Amino acid sequence: MEKFTKLTTTAIPLPIENIDTDQIIPARFLKATDKKGFGDNVFRDWRYDTEDGSLIKGFPLNMPQYKNAQILVAGDNFGCGSSREHAAWAIVGFGIKVVISSFFADIFKGNALNNGLLPIQVTPEFLKQLLDTVQENPDTQITIDLKNQVVEFAGVHAECHTDPVEVQGRSTKADFDIDPYKKVCMINGYDDIDFLVSKKEAIEAFEKERVVFGR
Amino acid sequence: MGKTLFDKVWDAHVVDTIPNGPQILYIDKHLIHEVTSPQAFNELEARGIPILRPDQIVATADHNTPTINQHLPVEDPLSRNQLEQLSKNCKKHGITLYDLGHKYNGIVHVIAPELGITQPGMTMVCGDSHTSTHGAFGSIAFGIGTSQVAQVFASQSLLLKKPKSLRVSVNGILPPGVLPKDVILYIISQIGTNAGTGYFCEYAGNVFEEMSMEGRMTVCNMSIEMGARGGMIAPDQTTFDYIKGKKFAPQGDAFAKAVSYWKTLPTDADATFDKEYHFDAADIAPMLTYGTNPGMGIKINEHIPETGDMTFEKALEYMNFKGGSQLLDTPINYVFIGSCTNSRIEDFRVAANYVKGKQKAPNVNAWLVPGSQQVAKQLEKEGLVTVFENAGFTMREPGCSACLAMNDDKIPSGEYCVSTSNRNFEGRQGQGSRTILASPLVAAATAIEGKIVDITKTILA
Ligand code: SF4
Repeated sequence: MEKFTKLTTTAIPLPIENIDTDQIIPARFLKATDKKGFGDNVFRDWRYDTEDGSLIKGFPLNMPQYKNAQILVAGDNFGCGSSREHAAWAIVGFGIKVVISSFFADIFKGNALNNGLLPIQVTPEFLKQLLDTVQENPDTQITIDLKNQVVEFAGVHAECHTDPVEVQGRSTKADFDIDPYKKVCMINGYDDIDFLVSKKEAIEAFEKERVVFGR
Repeated sequence: MGKTLFDKVWDAHVVDTIPNGPQILYIDKHLIHEVTSPQAFNELEARGIPILRPDQIVATADHNTPTINQHLPVEDPLSRNQLEQLSKNCKKHGITLYDLGHKYNGIVHVIAPELGITQPGMTMVCGDSHTSTHGAFGSIAFGIGTSQVAQVFASQSLLLKKPKSLRVSVNGILPPGVLPKDVILYIISQIGTNAGTGYFCEYAGNVFEEMSMEGRMTVCNMSIEMGARGGMIAPDQTTFDYIKGKKFAPQGDAFAKAVSYWKTLPTDADATFDKEYHFDAADIAPMLTYGTNPGMGIKINEHIPETGDMTFEKALEYMNFKGGSQLLDTPINYVFIGSCTNSRIEDFRVAANYVKGKQKAPNVNAWLVPGSQQVAKQLEKEGLVTVFENAGFTMREPGCSACLAMNDDKIPSGEYCVSTSNRNFEGRQGQGSRTILASPLVAAATAIEGKIVDITKTILA
């Protein structure tokens, strides 16, 4: 897994709620047996015309002004639906390193963290300001500081003088939460397999004690 | 203070707790299938890590399998490759596989309970979000991603934070024609698709106590559709009777011992939950969804809400429905009875009972896909295949089929499908397809009429 500490980049706005994993990567693309190539089909049915296969120009991921952005800013309840980790692989494969939303579905969140993709949960107010800002000014630079757990962007949007978002000078920032264990993993590029394998003795000791009735 | 069912099972599986961090949870049973396992096998191989407990893993081929001509080689080369990978991987690591055509093959969440693999008090995982189904037996069962599949391969454990607890109680008498599917669609329509996120849910109340195991599985299956990682129902006599005698169930003395342990599992009277909801069974009716998430549901004769936010409008536009209108009389060309939500014998019995002696409408393509070979055999034995075929329905071979349309069972673009599956997401049943979730009874009635009808009227009449 790649290490993650700090990132400054632009963002793609996707102000849609309840984006489910079937939209992120439709089932017909799940037939691969490795993790490569899913980025080409991320949001397939929203990015391409279903009839003639042409690019849908108005869809944010296709807009030239958001090219090279490494953050996706999405509506509430992002990643609901199936457990397919292919959704995280597809987003990472497209070049995204961070997803910001006001709420994430559980399984998606875990899958993202296991693939070096940072899910950042912010308040609905902060989300709205961020979405408005990047829609108005696609060049807005957003900084994610994982060590200090802060997300910050330059340029104060006209409506943003509301609590609870902290406005300092010309930047808007917010703290975000992350499981302390997961934070260490992200910063160091470790994953859970390494850790669990190191616990083999404890696991085997547990097995001797556990209740088993069936076959 | 008392403990909940969830607490009891969880606490019995904690190997270790990392200070300020997650816990290591031991996994009793690991179910795998062809779509979400290959990358996990590759991962272990690449790191040179062996599979710790192959005998606690059970594999089946279901997501990507054809539902016709299963005896022939699979045509789609990508699907065939995935299936071959699964066979190879299972063989190499000594994992039991119920491959295509095996008498125990079927949808992972249908076969494990019917083989007695699923038991109360267990922890179970699978790389599939509807693993919540197995909670019907009072087990902690939940879906995991492929990285976690690899973790369980390597350590038979997972690193997890204990979720919060939620209880949904439904008490009272269900009106006629209301099935378990309606109960869960109703609950989700009331509390929304993320009310359960971060929680593990327990279903309580006389409605669930009186439900069959099949019904309980239908309910727990859709726990994930309200955001909960899993749902559980306290094990009771119904549970024990269902398990008794199943192939992998404890036998003889071991069974009696198991039952006495299982009886200690239900939530203590003084246990508390982080969140509770209460519903009156009398308020539930046969349900339909009108939008593109399972929370967008209404009673069969209700009107679609007039207005909503942007997401609501987008969903209505996709479905080509109007706010304020009813779904009754909408012409329907596709009906699907199947999926891990509603493809058990009981689901087909309800449908057959309605269909018997009737003919499906000429415009309808009615697909019936049993959840497993064992269900298929039972359908044959009870003469239900004949009932359906006489009515013009098509009986397919077991698999996930049009639930996720990974194989050729796709609903054409723009068409409505009244489906007994669990997700009505955009394009879930094929690009551009429009899914209306419903019970097997509503699905059967739709197939007969060729349009959505108010079954509360027909059944009462
Ligand atoms: S039937 Fe549908 S929901 Fe169930 S396991 Fe298969 S694809 Fe998943």
